[in-house]
Amino acid sequence: MGRLVLAEEGTFTPPGPKDFDFPPIFGDVTKPMVLIVLSVVIIAAFFLLASRKLAIVPGKFQFLAEGVYDFSRNGIAREQIGSKEFKPFIPLILTLFTFTLVNNVFGLIPIIQFPTFSHIGFPLALSILVVFPVYHIVGIRKFGIGKYLKKSVMPPGIPKLVYFLYTPIEVFLKFFMDPITLAIRVFAAMFAGHLILLVFTIGGEYLLTEASGALKPVSLVAFLMAIAMTFLEALIQVLQAYIFALLSAMYIGMALAEDH
Amino acid sequence: MVLSSLHNLAAGDGPSPVMPHISEVILGLVAFGLLLFVLAKFVTPRFEALYAERTAKIEGGIEKAEAAQKEAEAALQQYQAQLAEARAESARIRDDARAEAEQIKDELRAQAQEEAARIVAQGEAQLSAQRAQIVAELRAELGRNAVELASRIVGESLEDEARRRGTVDRFLAELDAVSAPAKS
Repeated sequence: MGRLVLAEEGTFTPPGPKDFDFPPIFGDVTKPMVLIVLSVVIIAAFFLLASRKLAIVPGKFQFLAEGVYDFSRNGIAREQIGSKEFKPFIPLILTLFTFTLVNNVFGLIPIIQFPTFSHIGFPLALSILVVFPVYHIVGIRKFGIGKYLKKSVMPPGIPKLVYFLYTPIEVFLKFFMDPITLAIRVFAAMFAGHLILLVFTIGGEYLLTEASGALKPVSLVAFLMAIAMTFLEALIQVLQAYIFALLSAMYIGMALAEDH
Repeated sequence: MVLSSLHNLAAGDGPSPVMPHISEVILGLVAFGLLLFVLAKFVTPRFEALYAERTAKIEGGIEKAEAAQKEAEAALQQYQAQLAEARAESARIRDDARAEAEQIKDELRAQAQEEAARIVAQGEAQLSAQRAQIVAELRAELGRNAVELASRIVGESLEDEARRRGTVDRFLAELDAVSAPAKS
């Protein structure tokens, strides 16, 4: 990563938000944009190849694809939405999960080494422009707008006075916080994770090249930490993709649920 | 507004990481939409078809197994029914045989008793005939002996006299007449 150069005169400049800002590769296209397109190509190719000849008894490759598909279908969609209504949402949940997963794991792939979702624009597009409208629309379509709103923000069985407190909070949560936090959760995890890796690698590199002789071995600690953090990041990347898809499915399930 | 703030930040310390790039939002949406389309159009139907096929296959197997089990149960029941029938049949035959044997035994017994009775009757008749004969013989002998003994005692032959007068016979007939009522 030639971009992560050290400061000129040997003073250490810690990595910051500026390291997430890439110069355009050509025209207005930047690295995250290329990565997003790459992720689409990878996932589409993976599933198209895997589903080309599906057998009742799966081979190794089909087994892997089926594992991912099964996890999204049964582990997330059916679990959260319910076995009656989850079928139409399988593609959405599968896409959300795999799209987020691949883009997160990009953070650890050599050469790529950038989790695309650390640019808030991508998760925000998914949560506010995809998940948010979807769960409200399916709820309204099922119950009608009046009943859906009443069910969502004024559930029965609460003392009348509490509604003054409850309803504004629910409106605030359901229509503002849920979609925003959904995006921020994965964005922040990816942003912070990548930043931590940068701190340890750049710091270690700086110690190795610039520190006086006795301090040079300390860089080893930094590199070891960077490796340890890489493992932690791997866990968090997968986990965040799972959470993103899980919460999306949960919002849909809640919108479709008969009562709260 | 977002753009202007973005511009301000870019002019300063670099862009704020929480400010979304509009181009990225659009690209993300399009990319996601494209992927969703591909997965929904091609991948999901294939996997769902596989799932359905697999379920059908498993259910078909279960159905087949159930049918086989039912068939086996029916066969078992049939065998048991046949076995019970055979048992009943054999019991019936045994009973019949026993009854027949009993009947035969009774018949034989009756026959034997009849035979025995016949033999006894025959024997009795024979005995009484012999007895009558012996009695007649004895009577003649006794008369003769008595006359002979008497003639010896008297010293003369009474034989002709006795024959002539039938004395002895008369006497014996008298004896018989006396003893007969006592005997009977």
